[in-house]
Formats: sequence, C-alpha cells, structure tokens
Amino acid sequence: MRDRYYLLVIVGVFLAAYYIPWSAPLIRQSGLEAFLMLQEYAREHVLTCLIPALFIAGAIAVFVSQAAVIKYFGPGAKKILAYSVASVSGTILAVCSCTVLPLFAGIYMRGGGIGPATSFLYSGPAINVLAIVLTARVLGWKLGLARAIGAVGFAYLIGLCMHFIYRKEEKNRESKNFYLPDEEDKIRPLWKDVVYMATLVGILIFAAWGKPAAPVGFWMAVWEVKWYITIGFLILLGMELFFWFRRDEMKSWGESTWGFGKQILPLLFGGVLVAGFLLGRPGHEALIPEKWIQDLVGGNSLWANLFSSIAGALMYFATLTEVPILQGLIGSGMGQGPALALLLSGPALSLPSMLVIRSIIGTEKMLVYSGLVVVFSTVAGMIYGAWIG
Amino acid sequence: MEIKILGPGCSRCSATEKLVMDVLGETGVDANVEKVTDLMKIAEYGVFGTPAVVIDGQVKCVGKIPKKEDVKTWIGK
Repeated sequence: MRDRYYLLVIVGVFLAAYYIPWSAPLIRQSGLEAFLMLQEYAREHVLTCLIPALFIAGAIAVFVSQAAVIKYFGPGAKKILAYSVASVSGTILAVCSCTVLPLFAGIYMRGGGIGPATSFLYSGPAINVLAIVLTARVLGWKLGLARAIGAVGFAYLIGLCMHFIYRKEEKNRESKNFYLPDEEDKIRPLWKDVVYMATLVGILIFAAWGKPAAPVGFWMAVWEVKWYITIGFLILLGMELFFWFRRDEMKSWGESTWGFGKQILPLLFGGVLVAGFLLGRPGHEALIPEKWIQDLVGGNSLWANLFSSIAGALMYFATLTEVPILQGLIGSGMGQGPALALLLSGPALSLPSMLVIRSIIGTEKMLVYSGLVVVFSTVAGMIYGAWIG
Repeated sequence: MEIKILGPGCSRCSATEKLVMDVLGETGVDANVEKVTDLMKIAEYGVFGTPAVVIDGQVKCVGKIPKKEDVKTWIGK
C-alpha cells in the first residue's frame, strides 16, 4: 500500500514537471509571487509575531491547568457556566486535535450534553491564540477583532441552538462516573503565573507593534521606542524564569513550544507558497485571474457571503493557513464581509472533521450543526461587510 | 492483566504506549496491551482528556503522559 502511494506521488510529480508550461510568463510570474510572499512572511511576521505567539501557546499548554477548565463541562456543572467556559476555552485548550475531539465526545456522552459540547467543538479551533494573533497582524486588527468576537459569540449561539433543537433527547442521558485530567502539582502562587503570562503578552504586543500610517501621536511614539520596551520585557522574563521557575518546567515549556512550531510552521509555509502561487500578493496578479475572485466573492452580496462560508465549511485549512490564503483572496478583490464569513466557518469545519463529528453525534445532528455554522457565518459576514464597507 | 491506552493517535498517545511497553519489558510483567483509538469507545470510559491509561477496567491517569514510576506501581512492581 505504501509503495503504491509513493509510486502515485512520483508519477504525479513527473507528469506535472513534464506537462506544466513552466516557461509561460503567467507560470513564471506565479512562481515568483509564491516566493515573494514567503519572503514577506519571513521578514514581517515570523520573528516579531509568530515566534512570541508560539511561546505563549506553549506556556498555556504547560502552565494553565486543564483540569480546572474541564471541570465546568461535567454533568453536574451549572449550564450557564458550561456555555461560557466552553465558548472561550478554545484559547486555552485547543491547538491540537488530540484534546478537542476526545473531549467533545466526552462532554457529549457523559458531561454537559450536546449544547456545551458543540459550543466547545466550535470554539476549539476557531479562537486559538495563534490564529487570532496572526489574523490581526496580517489582515488588520479589525478583522482579527471581528474574528475573535464572532467566534466566541457563535460558540454560545450554536451551542444554545443545538441544545434547544435536541432538548427532548437530553433528558434521558445517562450520567455515570467520569474522569477529569489529573491536576499537576502547583508550586507557584497564581499571581506569579499571571505576571509571567502578562510578560509574554507584553513581548508579543510590543515586538509586533506596526508602524503607524501617519508619523504622529501615541502610536508613533510607541513605535519609536518599541525595541527598548521589548528588551525591557525580555529582561523581566529572564528574571522571572530565573527566580520563580524550576529547570524542568522551563524544559517542558520549551518542548511544548517546539512541538507547536514543528506542527504548525511547515504547514503555514506550505500554505503561504500555495496562496502566493495561486493568488499572489495583494496588488499582484498570479495564476487565478482577479476577475474570477471579484465575481465570486467581491462586494458584500448575500451570494458572496454564502458562497465563501460554504466553501470555508467544506475546505480543510491546516492550522493558520487560512490567513495567507485570505490575504491573497482579499488582495485579489474579496470583500471584507465574505472574508469574515470564511474565517468563521473555515477553521471550525471541514469535510474530514464533519466525518469524525458524524461518527460521534450522527448524520442528522452533524448536518444541523454544519448548517448553523454556515448560516451564522453568512449573516455575520453581511453585517460586518455592511458596517466596514 | 488488561492494559488499555486510550487516545486518538496523537504523538502524546504513542509516547504513552511506548512508555508502558518499556516498563512491561523492564519488569517482565505479562499483560495484554490494547490501543483504543475509537472516540466513542474512549468516551464510554468517561475520560475527559487523552492520553489515558486504563488497567483492568480502572482509569489510572487522564490527560497526560504518566511517569515511569507510576506505571510500575499500577502494575504492582
């Protein structure tokens, strides 16, 4: 089986190398765009934004107690708390399908039921820290903020809708014993952890501080001293690590950061290359004609929003690759509304994830869930597009 | 002895499996090790996080890679 797979890949690469008209001007232009876009990411976003964000994600995975969060999903927990925690828990628990899907199945079968389970399922991939930070950085803070607000709000709404639709089934669900993840031993008071997290966020904010359009006012004043502030935070971080943390904790922080990096960076760079090849940087034409994109998802019509939210729901985006793809699409004429619609439906759903979800909650509930995501994304896209445009 | 490793197949789950196998090899304890990857089966154990280790029907650890010494105590060595 494996050998056959390799043979297929090799034949595919051979055929592509043989038949694609590499010397045609359009293909050359597209290839160039792919690498220019990669360079833009390498120069603008990797050191100041991605790397600090990866360290934050690593720190969250190691130092935030997952058990403390998950206990709110148990069968006895208060409903309103369960929804609230579920809709923001993506920031703390997700990034890895290792956690999301088993936890979803657990909440559905043993814990709070279908409502909190779908809230969590939606918010998990949609609002992780890395995705929001990179969206705000590359696509602008308005879209980043709209994504964050939309994702939390949707998690709430979709969970409540699912609970309401299936409220009759909920009553006779069995509640047997369940097991939460084990607490790690606490060695530091909470405020030290909070200060440490705040220091990391400070490094991210000031290192990623963008140059303002007009050289006046507060934003410019900060821009001029941003490296001094960043270095100040780095020294502070060094002192915190030296006085408060054990060596093995720093080691597991490093390991989990490296784990995320290993998992995400190759996919992201591949995504940037593909987006550059197909769509080009903003203002530069590449393989797909800009007219097609403007016709399909330009402006803010109902059709444009619906199309991009359905496309987003079916397509699989590897972690964070939605950002370069959207950057290319917006640069080629996609409207702001459809862009938000795609951001809200894209990462949460894909054809493969629908199949897994179906195996847990069944075909009908899966279709209702997907339908809710598509409808809400379309509506949010239209509202945002009307408001921005 | 029946040992079950619950996890959908992520890297931490395989690390857990390898660790349990290593301990069994070192101590020479005879046990059936089974990997449970089906999400519904995992949920039936009521565990809210993976990887999890279940020995003779008892949930021993949830949501983390266990320590070697802990595995040794669970299998009675």
